[in-house]
Amino acid sequence: MASQEMEQLVRREYKEGFVTDIESDTVPPGLDESTIAFISNKKGEPEWMLEWRLKAYHQWLKMTPPSWAHLDYPPIDYQAISYYSAPKRDEDKPQSLDEVDPKLLETYEKLGIPLHERAALAGVAVDAVFDSVSVTTTFKEKLHEAGVIFCSISEAIRDYPELIKQYLGSVVPQGDNYFAALNSAVFTDGSFVFVPEGVTCPMELSTYFRINAENTGQFERTLIICESRAQVSYLEGCTAPMRDENQLHAAVVELVALEDAYIKYSTVQNWYPGDEDGKGGIYNFVTKRGDCRGDRSRISWTQVETGSAITWKYPSCVLRGKDSIGEFYSVAVTNGRQQADTGTKMIHIGEGTRSSIISKGISAGRSNQSYRGLVKVGPRAKGARNFTQCDSLLIGDQCGAHTFPYQEIGNSTATVEHEATTSKIGEDQLFYCQSRGISEEDAVSMIVNGFCKDVFQELPMEFAVEAEALLNVTLEGAVG
Amino acid sequence: MNDAVQSDVQRFLDRLSEHRAGRGAEPTWIAARRQAGAARFEALGFPHRRVEAWKYTDVRAIARGDFALATEAEFSPATAARLTLPMEAHRLTFVDGVFAPALSRLDDLPAGAQLVPLSAALAENHEAVGGPLGRLTGVEFSSFAALNTAFMEEGAVLRLAPGTVVEKPIILQFLSRAGEQAVMSHPRILIEAGGRSEATVIEHHVGEEQAANFTNLVEEIILDRGAILTHYKLQEAPLADLHVASIHIEQARDSRYTSFNLNLGGGLVRNDLVAELNGQGAEANFNGLFYGQGRQHVDNHTLVNHNAPRTFSNENYKGILDDRAHGVFNGKVIVKRDSQQIEGFQSNANLLLSDRAEIDTKPELEIYADDVKCSHGSTTGQLDEEAVFALRTRGIDEQTARGLLTLAFAGEVLEQVDLDAIAERVELAVAGKLPERFNLAGLVETAAALNEE
Repeated sequence: MASQEMEQLVRREYKEGFVTDIESDTVPPGLDESTIAFISNKKGEPEWMLEWRLKAYHQWLKMTPPSWAHLDYPPIDYQAISYYSAPKRDEDKPQSLDEVDPKLLETYEKLGIPLHERAALAGVAVDAVFDSVSVTTTFKEKLHEAGVIFCSISEAIRDYPELIKQYLGSVVPQGDNYFAALNSAVFTDGSFVFVPEGVTCPMELSTYFRINAENTGQFERTLIICESRAQVSYLEGCTAPMRDENQLHAAVVELVALEDAYIKYSTVQNWYPGDEDGKGGIYNFVTKRGDCRGDRSRISWTQVETGSAITWKYPSCVLRGKDSIGEFYSVAVTNGRQQADTGTKMIHIGEGTRSSIISKGISAGRSNQSYRGLVKVGPRAKGARNFTQCDSLLIGDQCGAHTFPYQEIGNSTATVEHEATTSKIGEDQLFYCQSRGISEEDAVSMIVNGFCKDVFQELPMEFAVEAEALLNVTLEGAVG
Repeated sequence: MNDAVQSDVQRFLDRLSEHRAGRGAEPTWIAARRQAGAARFEALGFPHRRVEAWKYTDVRAIARGDFALATEAEFSPATAARLTLPMEAHRLTFVDGVFAPALSRLDDLPAGAQLVPLSAALAENHEAVGGPLGRLTGVEFSSFAALNTAFMEEGAVLRLAPGTVVEKPIILQFLSRAGEQAVMSHPRILIEAGGRSEATVIEHHVGEEQAANFTNLVEEIILDRGAILTHYKLQEAPLADLHVASIHIEQARDSRYTSFNLNLGGGLVRNDLVAELNGQGAEANFNGLFYGQGRQHVDNHTLVNHNAPRTFSNENYKGILDDRAHGVFNGKVIVKRDSQQIEGFQSNANLLLSDRAEIDTKPELEIYADDVKCSHGSTTGQLDEEAVFALRTRGIDEQTARGLLTLAFAGEVLEQVDLDAIAERVELAVAGKLPERFNLAGLVETAAALNEE
């Protein structure tokens, strides 16, 4: 490709970069007990929840940010962040789309996510989180009929305190790590899903997160519980407007699967990665963990990571139940000066537990990407089985791809395999395509898509289409 | 540092000052270097498990020990004869770190090859030794490297003039003695191989069964253009011996270094193997086999730095662990920016024979160039049931079949070994160590009998 053209493509501005002008109800930056009390009060939370948050806060104060990741970023000033921001009219929430602030709908239009259309056509209930307060929830009735609870976590704390008390923090405890502790103290919203015994959720659940007000960290908390023989597929997708200052995002996702339950959690993440010097992108420090508590339960993580300046994310599975299954499928694409340190942990505790990890990393430009994973087999995990494959594709000579797989095996009946390769797109592959009249760029896109196929086919239909498009957009111009 | 840790460090420093008092006048540079080692060790203390490189290895058995320094090299000739590798070789022997001339054989070295104890090399021509000594393994590398530097005075120096080919293998034998007082030794090995020179070095660690000493080894190996070195590290130390080794290799253009790290003995063994591939065409081959039983702990950390384009590395480590043995493997390949056309392969396979055995493995890649072919694989599992079945259909009972397949697993490393004497010795040792249920005793005897004929 001509280098000019390349330049052009590489310099292309972030498509989703724009700011919607909605008045925010924001607290001044800074974090102390009063901020937490303010958030808790604003959310109308009971006393025990405030105590829970404060306990997390006190643990957080004693912790230091992790430094082991292969990431390079200036220290974050946690006192410069505003911990609460909500669209102004949260007292009288819109009950239907007509009541939704037209400016908000406009935002979704620009994003290419026409809420009503998508919801109706795809049969997806959308619990749209605009900054911190959920604005609208659709298909609630249909879900209600099935007995599925799908609401914002704030509503759940008010309406289902027993479930929250039982499950919140049971997978990711308050003091689990620095960012989880911070999230536990200040989380402002997120989703709550409860699928009762024997119910298969009638539709795919989806939440679109969106970061908006300037300087506001986004701290979501998601909790999904599947009782015995219940099933749910949950989709999470993100876009964000262009910013100059780094925005911190520290979410926590907890999944609980009881006997024979199946949770599928898919993510497409396309936050603002920063400009060509790496300035202004999102810092994404996420703790995601699933607990296969019941026998034969199954948790599957699928993620497509294309955005953020910094990604620190290790969706994990604790395989406690006998014969439970954990899966992790990931495509991570980094370009420009993006940095990603991502991977998974599979903790085999129960007998006959199985896990598979497929990780595909593509680094281009001057980005750096690491796969960091842990497979641990405990002494009681008889016959545990793991297969790990992590492949990296390098595009350009200024990027880096790294692999740090940890394996701790304490059982002689376990079988654990790990394979990793690192290479660039083969000249012969490119030549083969080009000799058949396929342009270089199309050929690269084809090869890259083929490279990621194992993961894309795990995504729900509409996500798979989006992911492929996203991949092409992210990498366009990176190859020459 | 808390008090207990502080007192551990102090105990070693006290031993050092005691020892220093007994030493005669010496050139200032070596005193200064030892001083730097001691200062660094004092600052670092012993590594704890919160340090990433020591996450799986607890060195308290070393830190809490009280080790004296051996002053003489007396060793029962009968035992020595039994322990020595039965092969035609040039030989340098150390007993608890002290040079033993009676057990060494240096007479028929070819011209151009120089093999002397470090103490002699320092006495004769200390500038020439002083230059490279500590250049590759600096005191910054680890607290053990610093501790070694603080105590350094004995070891082996091998120099090969350009073009020298040493036909017979060179054995560096380290004997560990049983005694009232546990001792420590801090040997250093320095190998400088000139252009197109060629040699095989066998480092053999062995000792009396009841010995429980601490060896803290530092090796620096410098290969000039086109030099070829095969390095065996045969670890057959007694089961209570503690062993830490930091091995650095620097390779110039077209040189080839092949390592066989064969680990059968030692209670706590930690090897750090670091290769710097600095010239085009340089090639490093790391082969490893470790067998752990009882409460043995074997930790192998390897690192290959591809600092130049068109360099190659190939690594294959295999581990078999029984009882409550604990194995650690950490292999790392780093490809520097602009080091294009690199090939780096790494493989680690482990077999656990007991439910209480544990393996912690981490094969890492850190790559900053795009025209590379790098891969790593790591597996932990059991014997292939189909292979067991195939043997059984041929009338071999299940236990023997499993024993044979375990041997074959080790054999994949051993078949790369050029020296038959070593390959056979290790194979027999592995067969002998396999649990009784594998029922290979008869087979081992037959093999031994065949050998003697």
